Amino acid sequence: MKLLRAWFSRLSGMWPDERREREFADEIEGHLQMHIDDNLRSGMTPEHARREALLKLGGIESTKEAYRERSTVPFLDHLLQDVRFAIRQLRKSLGFTCIAVFMLALGICASVAIFAFVDAALIKPLPYRNSTGLVGVFETVPMFPRSNLSYPDYIDWKKLNKVFSSLDAYQRTGFMLNTATGAQPARGARVSDGFFRTLGVTPLLGRDFYAGEDLPAAPRTVLLSYAAWQQRYGGKPDVLGRTVTLDGAPNTIIGVLPREFHFAPAEPAEFWTPIHAAGSCDLRRSCHGLYGVARLKDGVSVQTALANMKSIAKQLEQQYPDSNRDQGAAVAPLTEVIVGDIRPILLVLLTGAGLLLLIASVNVASLLLVRSEGRRREIAVRSALGASPARLISQFVTEGLVLVAAGSALGLTLASWTMQLLAMLIPEDILARMSFLHGLGLNVRVLSFAGAVSLLAAVLFSFTPTLRLSLPEMREGLAEGSRGSAGNTWRRLGSELVVLELATAMVLLVGAGLLGKSLYRVLHVQIGFQPDHLVTMQIAAPRSTYAKDEQAIALERQVVSRIASLPGVKSVGITSDLPVGGNGDTMWFRVLGRPWHGEHNEVPERNVSSGYFITLGAKLLRGRYFNEAEDTSKPHVAIVNEALAGQYFPGEDPLGKQLSYLSVPPVPIEIVGIVENIKEGPLDIPTPPVLYIPFNQNTGTYLGLVVRASQAGQSLLPALAATIHKIDPGIATRDGVTMSDRINDSPSAYIHRSSAWLVGGFAFLALLLSIVGLYGVVAYSVSQRTREIGVRMALGAERGSVCRLILKEAGWLTSAGVAIGLGCSVAVANLMRGLLFGVGTWDMPTLAAVAIVLGISALLASYIPARRAASVNPVEALRIE
Amino acid sequence: MGDKTDVWQGTLALMVLKTIEALGPLHGYGIARRIEQTSGNLLSLNYGTLYPALLKLEQEGSISSEWGVSENNRRAKFYKLTRAGRKQLEKETRNWEQTTAILARFLAPSGDPA
Repeated sequence: MKLLRAWFSRLSGMWPDERREREFADEIEGHLQMHIDDNLRSGMTPEHARREALLKLGGIESTKEAYRERSTVPFLDHLLQDVRFAIRQLRKSLGFTCIAVFMLALGICASVAIFAFVDAALIKPLPYRNSTGLVGVFETVPMFPRSNLSYPDYIDWKKLNKVFSSLDAYQRTGFMLNTATGAQPARGARVSDGFFRTLGVTPLLGRDFYAGEDLPAAPRTVLLSYAAWQQRYGGKPDVLGRTVTLDGAPNTIIGVLPREFHFAPAEPAEFWTPIHAAGSCDLRRSCHGLYGVARLKDGVSVQTALANMKSIAKQLEQQYPDSNRDQGAAVAPLTEVIVGDIRPILLVLLTGAGLLLLIASVNVASLLLVRSEGRRREIAVRSALGASPARLISQFVTEGLVLVAAGSALGLTLASWTMQLLAMLIPEDILARMSFLHGLGLNVRVLSFAGAVSLLAAVLFSFTPTLRLSLPEMREGLAEGSRGSAGNTWRRLGSELVVLELATAMVLLVGAGLLGKSLYRVLHVQIGFQPDHLVTMQIAAPRSTYAKDEQAIALERQVVSRIASLPGVKSVGITSDLPVGGNGDTMWFRVLGRPWHGEHNEVPERNVSSGYFITLGAKLLRGRYFNEAEDTSKPHVAIVNEALAGQYFPGEDPLGKQLSYLSVPPVPIEIVGIVENIKEGPLDIPTPPVLYIPFNQNTGTYLGLVVRASQAGQSLLPALAATIHKIDPGIATRDGVTMSDRINDSPSAYIHRSSAWLVGGFAFLALLLSIVGLYGVVAYSVSQRTREIGVRMALGAERGSVCRLILKEAGWLTSAGVAIGLGCSVAVANLMRGLLFGVGTWDMPTLAAVAIVLGISALLASYIPARRAASVNPVEALRIE
Repeated sequence: MGDKTDVWQGTLALMVLKTIEALGPLHGYGIARRIEQTSGNLLSLNYGTLYPALLKLEQEGSISSEWGVSENNRRAKFYKLTRAGRKQLEKETRNWEQTTAILARFLAPSGDPA
C-alpha cells in the first residue's frame, strides 16, 4: 500500500514540474541560509561560513539531482526523454519522417487489409461445432467433378454408408414470397431434417427441424436466417408460429438461426425449409439437385469415406444402370468446399502484399542508414560528452520505435478503411455467396498479425542504425572529413538492399502483368454473340398458374410481344438459362441410328424461344433457327452448337440427324441447325457441347429474358419489370442488368479482375518504392564520391564519362535486380498457374515488357544524380574537404 | 574526525521520524543538526542526502510538509509526522529494538553455558 502510493507519486512526478523544482531550490536556499546564520553566530567569517555550509550539504547540484531521481522513475524518465528527443529529431527532418512513416504505413496497410480477408476466409474456423469433421459429399460425372446428388441416391447413400455419423442434404433455391406489396423473389435453401444437427448449429430462437420433418407428409415449416428475421420481421421474438407464404403454400416459422451462422454453398438464403421430397425431380433417380454434407465418424479419414462412397456408387450403378451409369462419388473437407476456390487468390494477394511490405521496409531501413551516416558527427560529439553506448543505442531504438509506432497506427487506420472499401467493391451477388467474409474487420487475429509485423519492423529499424555505432568509429567520426571504409561498407549494404527491392518489384510486376493479360484474355474470349445493347432479366412465374405447357407458352408469347412493342426494343428472346452463367441443367441423349449401350451423353440443354439467337446476335453456321409454331404438336427439333457437332458428329453432317432423350421408346428430335459456340458457362472454361430445344416444346416457369435495344439498354430496365408485372403481378423479376455488366461482373471475370487490379496496385507501388530506393542509393553514392569525381575531372575526365560512371553503377544494380527478379518471377508464376488464363508462366512478352519498364524507370531515377555528378565543379569539390 | 560513522542505509528514515516526533514540525536543516547532536557528533551526515529521504517519506505518506518561517525568520519547509508516520515509527522502533537485542546477545561476552 505504502509502496504503491510512493510509486504513484513518483510516476506522477514524471511530468516535468517547474514548481517542484523551484520549491526545492527555495528549500535548499533556506537550508543554506540557516546553516550560514549558525556558522556566523559561531564566529566564522562570512566566506568561510558559506563554504562550510556548502561542503556539509554535499553540493547544490548533486543534491538536486538526487532529489530529482527520487521524485521520478529514472528509467522511465530516460525513456520519456528519449521519446521526446526522438520526436524532436524526427520533426527536424520532417521530409524523411513523412516518407518513412508513409512507406511503412503503406506496407502495413496492404498486408493487414489482405490478411483480414485471409483470416475471414481461411483462418477463422467455420461457425459449426468441430468443423474439421465435416465433409461435402458429391456425385461425379465426366462433365462435373463435383455434381449434385439425386434424392433417391442421397437416401441410399445415407442408408448404406458406414463412415458418416450423419449425412444430410441441401439445395440452394428461390422462393416466391407473398408480401403486402405483392410477390417478391426470396432466396432460400431446402435441407434435410438433420442438416443443422450435422453442422452442430442450434437455432437462436425456437427449435430445429425434428427427425422426419422433411418427409412429404410433415407440416410445412421454415427457419429464418438472422438477417431475414431482422429485416423482414424487425427482430421481434413473436415471429415464432407466424405463417409465411412461400411459392403459394403457407409455412409456419419455427425458429431463427444464430447471427454468426452462414453456409456459403447455400447462401444467400433467407428461408430454410425441410426438403419435402415430392414433384418429378425429387422422385427421379436421374434428376440431380442436392448436395451432401456429412460428419465423419471418429477416426474415419476423408480417404476412407471416399472409398466407402465410391463402392456404394458402384453398387448403385449396377443396381440402376439406366440412371446411375458413370455416377461416381466425391468427398472433400467442408472447408475445401467452401473456401477452396478463393484460397489460391487470397494466397497470391497475401504474397503480393507481403512483398510490398518487404520493399517498404527495406526502403525505410536504407533511409535510416543514410540518416545515421549523416549523423556520425552528432553521435561522436554526444559520445565524447559522456553518453554511454547503451544510452546512444537506446536513443536510436527509441527513434525506430517512434517511427514504427506512427507507421503502424497510420497503417492500421488505413487498413481498416481499405478492407471495408475492398469488401464494398465486391459485387453484391458475389459477396452474398462469400458469406464467410461477413466477420471482416480488425479482430484479435488481425491485430496480432499487425502487431507481429510492427514488431519485426521495430526490430529492423531500431537495429539498422545501431549497426553504425561501433565504438572505434565513433571516435573517428570526430576526425574532420573522415571517409573511411565505413562509407564503402554502407554503400555495399545499400546496393544489396536495392537489388533485393528491384528483384521484388520485378516479381510483383510480372505477377501483375500475367494476371492483367489473363483478365484481358478472359474478357476477350470468344462468347459467340454481340453483348453490346443487350439487356437481361430473370423472370420466375408461379408454378401454380403456369405449370402446364399451354399456360407457359401463352405467358412466353405475351412477354415477348409486349416487350417487343416497347419503344427502343429491337428484338426479344427467351432462354431457360442466361448465357455466361453456368454449364448446369444438363440432359442425357443418344444418337438414333447408332448402336447405344446405355451410355450417358451429358450436355447442357437450353430451351429457347424462336427469336433467341437473332436477339443475341449469334451466328448460324448451317441450317435454320426455330420458328414460333414449333410446339409439342409438331415434330421435335433441336439446334446444336459447334462443339456438339464436332464431338458427336466428327466428319459427318449433323443436319437431319436424329437425337433422343433416354426415354423408352425413344422420341426422335431432328437437328435443324448449327450455331457458333455461345458461352453458356463461365468465361474461363471452354464451351462444352450444348443442345438447344424450342421453348414451346419444353416449357418452364423460369424465363431468362434477353432484349436487344436500339440504344444503351440500362434505361429499359424499369420498363421491362413494369411490363412483366402488368401481365401478372404474381410474377417475380430479378437481376435486370445489361449483358456487358453481366459479363463483367460474372464470377470468373470478377476473380480475374480483382486479382489483376490488386496485384497491379501492389506492383505499381513496389515499382515506385524501389525506384525511390535506387535513386536514394545512387544519390548517396554520388554525394560520397564528390571528391573522387572532382579529382577525376581535375585530371581531365569529361563530364560525359563521369555521367557514364554513375549510370554504369546504377545499370549494374538494375541488371542484377532484373536478373534475380526474372528467376524468382518464373517460380512465382508457376505457383499461381491456377489463376492464369490463356497465358503461360513463361510469357516472354510480359517478362520482356516488365524488364524494359523496370530498366527505363531505373535509368530515369539514376539520371538525375548522374547529371548532378557530372556538373560537379572540380575546384569546389576539392576545396570542400 | 576519524572515528565518525557514516549513516547506515535505512536507519536514516527512522532517525528522521524519531527526530520529528520528538521536536514536532521541523525543517530539513533542523532535522539534520538534531540528528548530528543526538548522535553526540559521532555521525557524519551529508545534509544533502537528507532531502531524498524526506521526499521518500513524504511519498510514502509518513510525513507531510508545509512552508513556514524559521526561528530566525528564514523561509523553510516544515515537516510533521502523519498518523501513518506515527504508526510506522512505532513499528520500526520495535523492529530495531528487536534487532539490536538479538545482536547484543551475540556480541555479549559469553557467560555460563547454562
